[in-house]
Amino acid sequence: MEILRTTGIEKQFRGVKALKGVDFSVDTGEVHALMGENGAGKSTLIKIITGVYEPTAGRVQLNGTECRFRSPLDAERAGISTVYQEVNLLPDLSVAENICIGREPRNRLGLIDRKAMRERARKALARLDIDIDVSESLSSYSIAVQQLVAIARALDVDCKLLILDEPTSSLDENEVNELFTVMRKLRDEGMAIIFITHFLDQVYAVSDRITILRDGQKVGTYKTAELSRVEMVAKMLGKSLAENGPQVVAKHDAAENGEIVLDVTDLGRRGMVHPVSFQVRKGEQVGFAGLLGAGRSEVAQLLFGVESRDSGRLSMHGKPLSSMFWSPRKAVKAKIALIAEDRKVTGIIPDLTVRENIMLALQASKGIWNTLSPKEQQDLTDKYIQLLGIKTPDGEQQVKNLSGGNQQKVLIARWLATQPDLMILDEPTRGIDVGAKAEIEALTKDLCEKGMAVIFISSELEEVVRDCGRVVVLRDRRKIGELSGEQVSLPNIMKMIAE
Amino acid sequence: MGRFHHLKWPLVALGLLLLYNLIFKPSFFVVEMTADGYLYGSLIDILNHSSKVVILATGMTLVIATGGVDISVGSVMAIAGAAAASVIVMPRDVFAFAGGGANAMAFALAVLLALALATCCGVWNGFLTAGCGIQPMVATLVLMVAGRGIAQLITDGTIITFDDPYLNFIGNGHFLTLPFTTWIAATLFITVVLLTRKTALGLFVESVGNNEKASRYAGIEARGVKWLVYAVSGFCAGVAGLMVSSNIKCADANHAGLYLELDAILATVIGGTSMAGGRFYLSGSLVGAVLIQTVATMMYANDVNPAIVAVPKAVIVIVVCLLQSETFRSKLSLAFSRKAKGGVA
Repeated sequence: MEILRTTGIEKQFRGVKALKGVDFSVDTGEVHALMGENGAGKSTLIKIITGVYEPTAGRVQLNGTECRFRSPLDAERAGISTVYQEVNLLPDLSVAENICIGREPRNRLGLIDRKAMRERARKALARLDIDIDVSESLSSYSIAVQQLVAIARALDVDCKLLILDEPTSSLDENEVNELFTVMRKLRDEGMAIIFITHFLDQVYAVSDRITILRDGQKVGTYKTAELSRVEMVAKMLGKSLAENGPQVVAKHDAAENGEIVLDVTDLGRRGMVHPVSFQVRKGEQVGFAGLLGAGRSEVAQLLFGVESRDSGRLSMHGKPLSSMFWSPRKAVKAKIALIAEDRKVTGIIPDLTVRENIMLALQASKGIWNTLSPKEQQDLTDKYIQLLGIKTPDGEQQVKNLSGGNQQKVLIARWLATQPDLMILDEPTRGIDVGAKAEIEALTKDLCEKGMAVIFISSELEEVVRDCGRVVVLRDRRKIGELSGEQVSLPNIMKMIAE
Repeated sequence: MGRFHHLKWPLVALGLLLLYNLIFKPSFFVVEMTADGYLYGSLIDILNHSSKVVILATGMTLVIATGGVDISVGSVMAIAGAAAASVIVMPRDVFAFAGGGANAMAFALAVLLALALATCCGVWNGFLTAGCGIQPMVATLVLMVAGRGIAQLITDGTIITFDDPYLNFIGNGHFLTLPFTTWIAATLFITVVLLTRKTALGLFVESVGNNEKASRYAGIEARGVKWLVYAVSGFCAGVAGLMVSSNIKCADANHAGLYLELDAILATVIGGTSMAGGRFYLSGSLVGAVLIQTVATMMYANDVNPAIVAVPKAVIVIVVCLLQSETFRSKLSLAFSRKAKGGVA
């Protein structure tokens, strides 16, 4: 029996369409997984269902009647409860208080009846087969138990639809299994559960049906048993399996014998990325592939010292780089360059001129006193405007007035000016037009031929396959394998991600 | 006007004020030479009295350019004054080690201690903001409030008066016919201009103020830069504090530099530097500081009741700030063009 149905849901944020007409339905007595890369629109859809956002267009129906929730509380009253990734309960209050807060049982005098409250909490937890002291404060229990308490609270309001938004990301394996047992039990009692996770294994372990979103659109709803993992990954990425992709230029052989520029051993940071090891040789372009949120950018950030690492060794040209006070400034000095993912936040300095933006990293590595002369600055600017074909009237233009593609070229110029041995490009082609994309791809290829080592991170798997002689595949913040030479192909990468 | 577009409106305002005086009070422009070879007159007064705000605004501009603000400078001035005064009034046998130069030694120590303490205050502000990530307004509020207490501790709760020929000279002396304070302000101003524009410091400050995260990604030690500008601001406050206490020949922990942080912020904003950080204009701040002082001196010259001086000052400040605002200007020109069209029809 269908409990929830959304029809043609659209949501627009300041001109950006986050959802483009999503039809979605959930039945009673099923665990329904909602899948998609980061930014596919999962959270937006959930927030519309639970009344956090109002849809720009479309309808939400609960049990066949149309409803418009003004707030999460509204939705909760109608029987939709949500448990978020971060436990949002009150750690200093007791378990019983947390379960009953906002609807405490009262005695005849209108005071809170603590005994009844504890009783109710015990019952709610018993439904999940948990037996703990409910008068203890919540913070004295593990995150897993807290998560279950949050679910118990959700069940305490007469809940018909339970939404679990990445509930497992802070749990260990046993705790996850415990949670799954509870989910199955609830499902068998007839509850509808929407389950959001980025762990593929868990989807297959517990869900009955899967709905996949991509770029704000529904790709489809499938029975879990009938959808293979590879198919699912392909659908999340929007690629077809048959597609072979352009054949690899066997650049790998040339680089096979090159000098090792960067050697990474067990680089990691708890809660960010599991230890990874890889090498990059001179003249080689190594791709990082994986779903969004798989940990690709995180590796780049650890490498470049934006975040400090808590494990691992780095060395450039065989010389170890100390982890003490490792920072972007040190990385720049060690001839590493990072063109980071979010151009607007981590790249351009919008009010400064093209010239200032280009000279910035080089000047930073030289320090405050060793200033580039006006002539050097001018030459540098002219050189790169010409070399990269940056479209700007002159170097004194504020960089915010340039188009996305040209801003990206300014950033590349900034880093080329430092003459790096290793260049990390994190999504360098995102949000720029096709022409500029091709130019940037050609440019990185050219750099490799001139002997630079390049790490290329991109969600566009075709780009990775086309340009990289070797591909490091990541999943769930872990390196799961490496493909090189002939093996580098779209199906192979997708298979590896899906395994 | 290209590079100096930010100076346009403050200069227009300054020009209008002077024009008013030219028409209604020409004596405002009279500059005479005293018997001992000093220039005096309203214009010289402006130069003399604006120098402390020029100095404060110089440091403040850098801080504001990084996206911060330093509201502790007034209190830091009091600390510097208190430190200098308490050293200078020590009995001279303390400085006997300097032999015949005991007086000079006392003066040197007084100045050094005052400046060192003030710079330490700046470093402390830097520690709270850049090091600990506290909001600049809150972080410097700490010293704004506590600073006067520290100054009280140094002076032991009294107002220390002194009469030392060297120390008196800082705030009251003349050099090449002009007040010595003007020379100090000019030297400091030019030093900071050179320091920021001839080295990469200015670029780094603007970069950090405009996009701190991206600056860090470009290899700039954003925290170090912020730390440095707070230290510079502290140092500037120290110089201004010395000037004020020397001028009145006493250290008054409660009133020295009171509310001057506001004048410094005002001068910076009038000069075209945005409170949001990014591009900064030291020359603008200089004109801003002179403008503020011109308004004040004009009031006194025109016998305006001192009690209401703040009101016309506020009006002028509002007008300049509105003129600096692009939004306001475009609205204004829109209104005018509508009127013009209506007239034609």
